[in-house]
Amino acid sequence: MSDMAFCYIVPGDDFTRAGEASADVKSRLKMLGLPTDVIRRVSIAMYEGEINMVIHAGGGEAEVRLDNGAIYMELRDRGPGIQDLSLAMKEGYSTAPENIRSLGFGAGMGLPNMKKYTDRMEIESAPGEGTTVKMWVNCPGI
Amino acid sequence: MTMADVKRVLNARLICGEELLEKEVHSACGSDMMSDVLAYVKDQSVLLSGLVNPQVIRTAQMMDMVCIVFVRGKEPDPMMISLAESCGIVLMTTEHRMFTACGLLYENGLRGGGMPK
Repeated sequence: MSDMAFCYIVPGDDFTRAGEASADVKSRLKMLGLPTDVIRRVSIAMYEGEINMVIHAGGGEAEVRLDNGAIYMELRDRGPGIQDLSLAMKEGYSTAPENIRSLGFGAGMGLPNMKKYTDRMEIESAPGEGTTVKMWVNCPGI
Repeated sequence: MTMADVKRVLNARLICGEELLEKEVHSACGSDMMSDVLAYVKDQSVLLSGLVNPQVIRTAQMMDMVCIVFVRGKEPDPMMISLAESCGIVLMTTEHRMFTACGLLYENGLRGGGMPK
């Protein structure tokens, strides 16, 4: 299993389609028979990442790999980047516009949630240069 | 209780998933903020919401929830119904408001369930 990889384009112009990549990952991991808890944590973290890419960056690319005892997710966008990473990691801090709040998101839980549901998370971002989020969920045996 | 019981208690109208109604559910949560559902919910099977967009279905799917009840008579569109059917999620709608709907289910034995670590 350790050489499997799934790649996705996350469209940025259609909020209704956000989550398609995460749903596909969830169904593939289920087919591989991975533990339910691992699948749920991967799904939630990736879904939050996907929503973030649609809300803030006009979409991007996602890659998921089964990598040496962990499920590795990498989400890359060419959006405006994160101005203040430590602020962005605070629960409740959000720069999402009001129309996104009316859709049920933008409560400032995205990045903290991604960190909470994964075993390791790294963010590379600079204003004007986009953002890359790397996340690992441990899954011994893959 | 079963999802058929949820439907009866809330005097709800079933939108899709009739074949799944006899499945047992033990806990529920009510929220219009999907961010909060993703952050604070653990092992709940029923989502009550007044929010109507495809991300409500997606959120339930990611959380392994099996039933969504739209409160205040809200109606999902055909795209949402089709998405729920493909995910095996039961949809229903009730005229009750959120507080009343949650109270009725609690009174009949459904609980809030655990919080994530």
